[in-house]
This record gives sequence, structure tokens and C-alpha cells, in this order.
Amino acid sequence: MEGPTLEVDRIRCDGHGLCAELLPELIRLDDWGYPLVRPVPVPGPLVGHARRAAAACPLLALRLRQGSR
Amino acid sequence: MTGLSLLSGPDPRAGMETAAAHLSRLGPLPSAGTELIDLLDRSDLRGRGGAAFPVGRKWRSVAERGGSGPVVLVNGAEGEPLSRKDRVLMEARPHLVLDGAALAARATGAGEVVLYVGAEHAGAVSALRRALAERPEAERRSTRIATAPARYVSGEETAAVHFLNEGVALPTSLPPRPYERGADGRPTLVQNVESLAHAAMIARHGDRWFRDLGRGEAAGTALLTLSGAVAVPGVLEVAQGSTVGEAVTGGGGLGAPARAVLLGGYFGGWVAAEQAWGLPLDAPALRDRGHSLGCGVVAVLPEHRCGVVESARIITYLAEQSARQCGPCVFGLRAAAAAMHRLAVTGAEPDDLERLRRWSGELSGRGACHHPDGAAGFLLSALRVFDEEFLHHHRRGGCSVRAREAA
Repeated sequence: MEGPTLEVDRIRCDGHGLCAELLPELIRLDDWGYPLVRPVPVPGPLVGHARRAAAACPLLALRLRQGSR
Repeated sequence: MTGLSLLSGPDPRAGMETAAAHLSRLGPLPSAGTELIDLLDRSDLRGRGGAAFPVGRKWRSVAERGGSGPVVLVNGAEGEPLSRKDRVLMEARPHLVLDGAALAARATGAGEVVLYVGAEHAGAVSALRRALAERPEAERRSTRIATAPARYVSGEETAAVHFLNEGVALPTSLPPRPYERGADGRPTLVQNVESLAHAAMIARHGDRWFRDLGRGEAAGTALLTLSGAVAVPGVLEVAQGSTVGEAVTGGGGLGAPARAVLLGGYFGGWVAAEQAWGLPLDAPALRDRGHSLGCGVVAVLPEHRCGVVESARIITYLAEQSARQCGPCVFGLRAAAAAMHRLAVTGAEPDDLERLRRWSGELSGRGACHHPDGAAGFLLSALRVFDEEFLHHHRRGGCSVRAREAA
């Protein structure tokens, strides 16, 4: 089965940038501090980090979604 | 102006076709129910609001939800500044639009129809209001008109639903999608007025008839809005699959030598003139070639206008029209507009061109709605088609078009 995917609620996201600090393998920030997420299923070894990044978002704008949409 | 299907009959400029004239010309509306959805599938009708999503599939997804009674949201909020076709259709053939809405309501089991029309489209609102007064009483009672605030994103489907629910015509995050939970929390079919009018013709004449209207693989006709360097700007109905060049000929030919064509409107993209003429006006075929039919805008940029200046103006407009809800759209489009303005007018910073190239790739898919995607696609097309002019502006701080004119 494919890994979960990361989704950003763009309206909620305020560009705090914690996600990119916690998950630099998959998330970097654009010129204005908003996340650019690699559009790939989260590989197994990174799932724990992805979960922590989602939990750390102060606005709960980052979600880990199981399966493809 | 003669039409092939939606605009056949009296000259659209003569104003609204009354119920009596409409019925004597086209006959009564067939009493099709859910079987119309299969007919629409076979007709290959695609949505004409810009996304070209198969209409039958959209109706089915709402019909299958059923639930507490779906809503049909007739989308006549034509926010694209270069588009006039929805307004012309609503003003000239309101009964065709209402027919399509009635069919959609029957096929999806909807008990309510909302006509969502741009507040600034006064002629369309008044034609629909007059036409509605001529409809059967049951239809009149289940239909209402809502006027959409004049703004580019008002016609986006989640914005339309948001407006009906909370009076705020701004896009919302997905999911839920409108067909799942829309107006009043009910499954909602949001469908462009032209798409509905086509459905009303297909219900009368059949899927085969509709497909045969198109050229080659393409089905049906499309309404276009011609503008810029054409002899007769305005709304034109063409067979889908006919070429951009033929559409321009239909508009009386070029009014001046052409540099490029903006195809699909501000959410579409530029195409160099010599490459544009042979392109087929058909959404899937254009998509395969990396272009977009969007809402049917064909705007011709004349030789004596600078593509960089024109593109800067458009990206500035799109930045101003951001719903200001998502960071990448607010800040990204603003920055792109500023860089474009410097390049076009006041003098570029060393990194401007390189940054614009990067942003045109990074801004897509970064909003709750497709506003940043549309702007990014537009930017990408500008950088590609006007490559030489951008370099000229970047290096010399001036305009090659003006330099040529002065020479």
C-alpha cells in the first residue's frame, strides 16, 4: 500500500514554518515562508516525522491523509 | 451574427427571446428525467465555465448523493474580464438557460434552483427575471436569483456555495466538494449557464445531433468571446474543433497584424500568433497541446503592443483579485506583479526574470482554489511566448516593440 500524503489547508496556513523544520526531506519554504510540499506519498521511515510535523502546526493546517485521494 | 445551436434563431443583439418565441422555434422541453444523464455522457458535453469537466459525470455525482434534496446552482457569474459569452447568452436566450436548469433539477432530484449572476451583469439579471416570470408556476416558486459580487473569484464554485451559505463569495478549502455538501449543506450542482443551455438543446435533439455539430473528434459548438485586434469583436458561436484562425475569420478577420493570442482568458495563456491559427478550439485537444480553451476567450494582441507590458497588466489584475485567503496567492502574486511591473515599466532588478521563472513553477497548486494555478499558468505562457521581449526588457531596461516602432 502507498504511504499517506501530506495536505496543507492553504486558507489556515499562516507560514509559521515549523513543518519545514521538522520535515525538511519533504517540505521546504517558498520566498514568503509558506510550505512547498513534495507531492509524493510519505515514505515509511518518514511517516513518524510527518505525523509530528502535522501535530506541531500551530494552526492545524497540515494533515496526513491515508491513501490516494 | 448567425449561430449554429445556442445562438441560432433571431439575432442575439435583438435582446431577449420570449417564452412564446422560444417554444415556437424549438418546441417544448422534453420531459426527460435521469435518463438525460446517459444522453449527456454520450454527447461528450463538457463544462464551459473553464474546467471542461464532463457534464454527465457531474450531474451523476449529484444525483447519486440525493440526500435531503440537491440544489442546482446556475453559474452566470462571469468574472473573466475578457469574457462576454455568458452575459450574451443570458440576455438573448434566457429560456434556454432556464430549460437547462429545469432539466438538471429533474435529473438530479433537486428541489431548488439558484440563478447566480454577476451583480454587474444588469442586462442578464433583468432578462432572467423577465423570463422566469414566463415559466410555469412550480418552476417559478423553486427558483431564485442571487447576485454575485463583482470579483474574479466570485464564480469559482466553492465561492458561489459560500456566498449562498454565508454571504461571502470567497473560495473555501476542499473537501467537502459542492457535490458532496454545498448550499445549505445539500449536494449542489454548480454548472455554467452555457453548459446548461447546451443540455437543453441535447435533450431536444439528441447526443448524435450534438456530436455531429463538432468538427472531427470534437463534439458540439462553443461560445467564444473575440477581442483585441479583430475587425468585429464580440461573441461568436463556432463548431468545436474548428481552428482559432477560423474563429478570427468569423470575427471579420484581423484588425491589425497580430503578435500573439491570449487563449482561454486570464487563466489561459499566450500563444504566438503563427502557432495559434491552426489550433483546434476544443478543450481536450488544446489541453493535449499544453493550452486551454478556458471560458472561450480569444484575444488577439496586435504587433504594436508589447507582450511584457500587457502581461504585467494582467498579472497585476490577478494579484489584485486574489481572495487574500492563502499566503502563496496573496504574497506570490503580489511579488510576481511587482517584478513584472519593474520589468515592463520602471526597470528590472537583476534577479527579477529568474525569480519570475521560478515562481511560475512554484505557485501552482498552492491555494484553496485555482486562482494561483491560473495566474502561474498565465505567467509561464508569457515568459515562453515573449521570451525575447522579456530578455530585452531585462537587459536593456526598454521595450523592443517601442524601439522597433521608433526605428
